Amino acid sequence: MPSAEELKERIQAALPGADVAVEDLTGGGDHFRAEVVSDRFDGLSRIEQHKLVYDVFGAEVGGPIHALSIKTSTPEGTT
Amino acid sequence: MTNTDIRDFIQNAIGENHVMLFMKGTPHAPACGFSARTSACLNALGVQYAALDILPDPRIREELSGISGWPTIPQLFVDGELVGGCDIVTEMYESGELADKLGVDQPEEEPEPAPVQRQQAPIGLDNNLD
Repeated sequence: MPSAEELKERIQAALPGADVAVEDLTGGGDHFRAEVVSDRFDGLSRIEQHKLVYDVFGAEVGGPIHALSIKTSTPEGTT
Repeated sequence: MTNTDIRDFIQNAIGENHVMLFMKGTPHAPACGFSARTSACLNALGVQYAALDILPDPRIREELSGISGWPTIPQLFVDGELVGGCDIVTEMYESGELADKLGVDQPEEEPEPAPVQRQQAPIGLDNNLD
């Protein structure tokens, strides 16, 4: 079962320099919320930003990770 | 029904409906809190939309995610393009962007999600297309 800490580390590994906070919403290890601040999001649409985060976990989203709620922003401000 | 039939059906639904929502359950009886919140945003804006319950057959979700590249449900499409899931739709609702995109006025009241109903999904694809 994935933990919030594990998700956070994997997002940080995929998006170096990102400021990441992950919360396990239910405590059950399957519903998470991730807030990610990264300059990699600069110039991308919201869809593209969220896809970058989803792509870290591939098919695990919808599988072991039942739900992953995402909020993305750039260091300069929310886009 | 083959996977190709399902894919064609989904692609037609996306192409033919100005606002197309794929969700778990229906707008009146959502089967998941994320789907409930997303349809509540559309309801609050008073726009007409088509909704398809993805629960009756797991292949609907597989084919949909194959088309959209988006792993989770719900998925909202406007004019054939993926707008996003619950998080993005909620953000866009709150900022007024969703009202702009759909050409309606931003309502004053907060969207009220319908209560989630865990139910046996009906069999078949043609359950809730307007």
